[in-house]
Amino acid sequence: MEIGMLPISASKRGKLLAAGYTTLHSILRTSTTHLVRDIEVSESEALEILNFATRSNDLDKSSGSNTNVIDGGQTAWDMLNEERFSSLITTSCLDLDNILGGGINCKEVTEIGGVPGIGKTQIGIQLAVNVQIPLDYGGLGGKAIYIDTEGSFMVERVLQIAEACIEDMSEYSHHFHKDNQAFGVKMHPNSILENIFYFRVCSYTEQIALVNYLDKFVTEHKDVKIIIIDSVTFHFRQDFDDMALRTRLLGEMSLKLMKLAKNLSLAVVMLNQVTTKHIEGSFQLTLALGDSWSHSCTNRIILYWNGDERHAYIDKSPSLKSASAPYSVTSRGIRNSTSSSKRIKMV
Amino acid sequence: MANKLINQLGLPKSIANIFTARNIITAKDALSLTEFELMELLDVGMSEVTSAMAHISELVCPPCQTALLLMEQRVRNESLAGHLPTQLKGLDEALCGGIPFGVVTELVGPPGIGKTQFCLKLSLLASLPVNYGGLDGRVIYIDVESKFSSKRLIEIGTKSFPEIFHKKGMAQEMAGRILILRPTSLSEFAESLQRIKVSLLQQQVKLLIIDSMAALVLGEHDCGASRQQALGWHVSFIKSLAEFSRIPIVLTNQVRSHVGDESLMYSFQAQSRSTKGDIPVTFDSHLVAALGINWAHAVTIRLVLESKSGKRFIKLAKSPMSPPLAFPFHITSSGIVLLDNDGIEMKGPEISTIHCQGLSLMKADKLVQLVPFNNLYSFRYSELVSCPAIVATYSYVSRLCMARDICLSILLVLLITISVSPSWMGGLSHCDHTWS
Repeated sequence: MEIGMLPISASKRGKLLAAGYTTLHSILRTSTTHLVRDIEVSESEALEILNFATRSNDLDKSSGSNTNVIDGGQTAWDMLNEERFSSLITTSCLDLDNILGGGINCKEVTEIGGVPGIGKTQIGIQLAVNVQIPLDYGGLGGKAIYIDTEGSFMVERVLQIAEACIEDMSEYSHHFHKDNQAFGVKMHPNSILENIFYFRVCSYTEQIALVNYLDKFVTEHKDVKIIIIDSVTFHFRQDFDDMALRTRLLGEMSLKLMKLAKNLSLAVVMLNQVTTKHIEGSFQLTLALGDSWSHSCTNRIILYWNGDERHAYIDKSPSLKSASAPYSVTSRGIRNSTSSSKRIKMV
Repeated sequence: MANKLINQLGLPKSIANIFTARNIITAKDALSLTEFELMELLDVGMSEVTSAMAHISELVCPPCQTALLLMEQRVRNESLAGHLPTQLKGLDEALCGGIPFGVVTELVGPPGIGKTQFCLKLSLLASLPVNYGGLDGRVIYIDVESKFSSKRLIEIGTKSFPEIFHKKGMAQEMAGRILILRPTSLSEFAESLQRIKVSLLQQQVKLLIIDSMAALVLGEHDCGASRQQALGWHVSFIKSLAEFSRIPIVLTNQVRSHVGDESLMYSFQAQSRSTKGDIPVTFDSHLVAALGINWAHAVTIRLVLESKSGKRFIKLAKSPMSPPLAFPFHITSSGIVLLDNDGIEMKGPEISTIHCQGLSLMKADKLVQLVPFNNLYSFRYSELVSCPAIVATYSYVSRLCMARDICLSILLVLLITISVSPSWMGGLSHCDHTWS
């Protein structure tokens, strides 16, 4: 690793090179007093440079022992154990949960896209309510952040879904725990509404600022378990003349979201729109924001119409099989599809 | 909010000066660069950039509310928790009270189906006093195609609310609350919107109607990128206007024929379909809403008005809080009346398709009977799409006249003279499509 990779400003880098420190090794061999004298910086800045250099050097070193040799790395076995206990958020539709391996995964970024009217906002609202299902009922008992860029968050609908969820929960406790009277905490729809933090974003700068701020917000509100962005496309689709800039900004935003999901163990769900693309001589539907954006999420689900039924298809996932499952949008929210041929199609 | 100046955000002096020195004046400039680029540009270390950006982001990002707070605000401040009742019982129930405030509602349908009639009724309803189910406020009606008929408005008023309109001076007051603007170009429209924004709250405007959006946009730009750009800007502006002032905005949209083979699919669908064998392709040139898929994403509620085998339906094609219902309706002297308040639930993408079969058009007080055309004619007129001479002449003449009555008389004359030739009939019905 060379000097160019150190996270220091360009002028300091220039000074180091001018003073003859062309390799990392050369920096490591000196002390702070020499640095201060040679490149004319303050004592604290010299110390900072040395720290950066030592840290980068450690990352390069390879050692023969089996323990965590590289700072910040994790063995695959540890990850497997972690994943076993990772939490899943149900979508209230059994078929959909099955193809997702149980539900939306915390610690991962999932993108859901589809044509207008297919039910993206409905799934978003359902997840915001389902994350609040208490631990006793198999849920996460967490809170939700809903970032609305289009103004499609209708409070009346949230109330409908929340009430239906509470009814389902009390039915569940009635069936399975008839003897235990004190089982279930009777939740009120208002308390569900209270646990959804709502942000209305009106421009792409606000969107980027909000993603930057989320780190601090979630550390203050530790029980947030899901962030839903509806939709991530809207503000990036207009007035962007410089497409390369858009790609860079989107890339940085998605990296931050992935880091947020991984470090704070929460699920990030991004809702996307569709656009038409000219592939192989015909126009096809594809999710918006371009090809480079398709790398930004861990899992990608496409919602589409199959005849008269709504289906969800897993387009991209490192661990889930490509499959599609039917679901329906009812007055109570997302539920299983009512058609008789409900078998999951493996593609 | 993103236009805040960096030197007013309370950053440590040293870094604020560096931002200004590199010509990054507003928060928007700073947020439009990635952190790596900022590091290179400002010549400071990564940690300083990150902490400065975190500080700026916190001040620029929108305030946090909870869903509960939103609901309580609406219940407390707005009539019927933020809805304008349409007095159509089934529709109001499906929409949880009526046309919602703060979002954009779109009416789309073939010409002559009743979109303008619906808008006239809505503007009347918004101006009524609260105890009659109205909003007691002013209405701004942006009439692009000169379809607003005040005679018809008063007729609807006297037939639907006789007790109000027979009182002396009430008709004048109600009609006096409706302001009609007639922009002739997209830029004029944008200007009027800017002016409206300023006076929206001062003058107690409670409803904004734009009839029709498609005529404004389609008249201006050629297909493609420039039109999408212009439309994109206008969409965001209209949506932000709706939300900032918490009023309902109703727009009307036209239809165009979908000349093409099967509907669009995703790549994974295309693969599976090719293995199943060929699906017979029908030449059913059905109609789709104009203005494209971006627009379809941007509107919050879409009401499709269509005509199927002689009956008219109003369908809830896109609504986050309603089931996909279709209500049959007809137009009477008191406006639109639902024939069945329960509605028919439609499954699948059927809810969004637009039919135009067997329609007899009623434009205000004149009745123009077009020959009902079925699929045969539809197929034939799709051939005549490339009939620019007729379209151009018609639109030129209409623009000259600017008064619908003259146009209709010309239409009647043309209709009589060429009624002998069926293929021309097809061409003419296409013209009607594109014009109104």
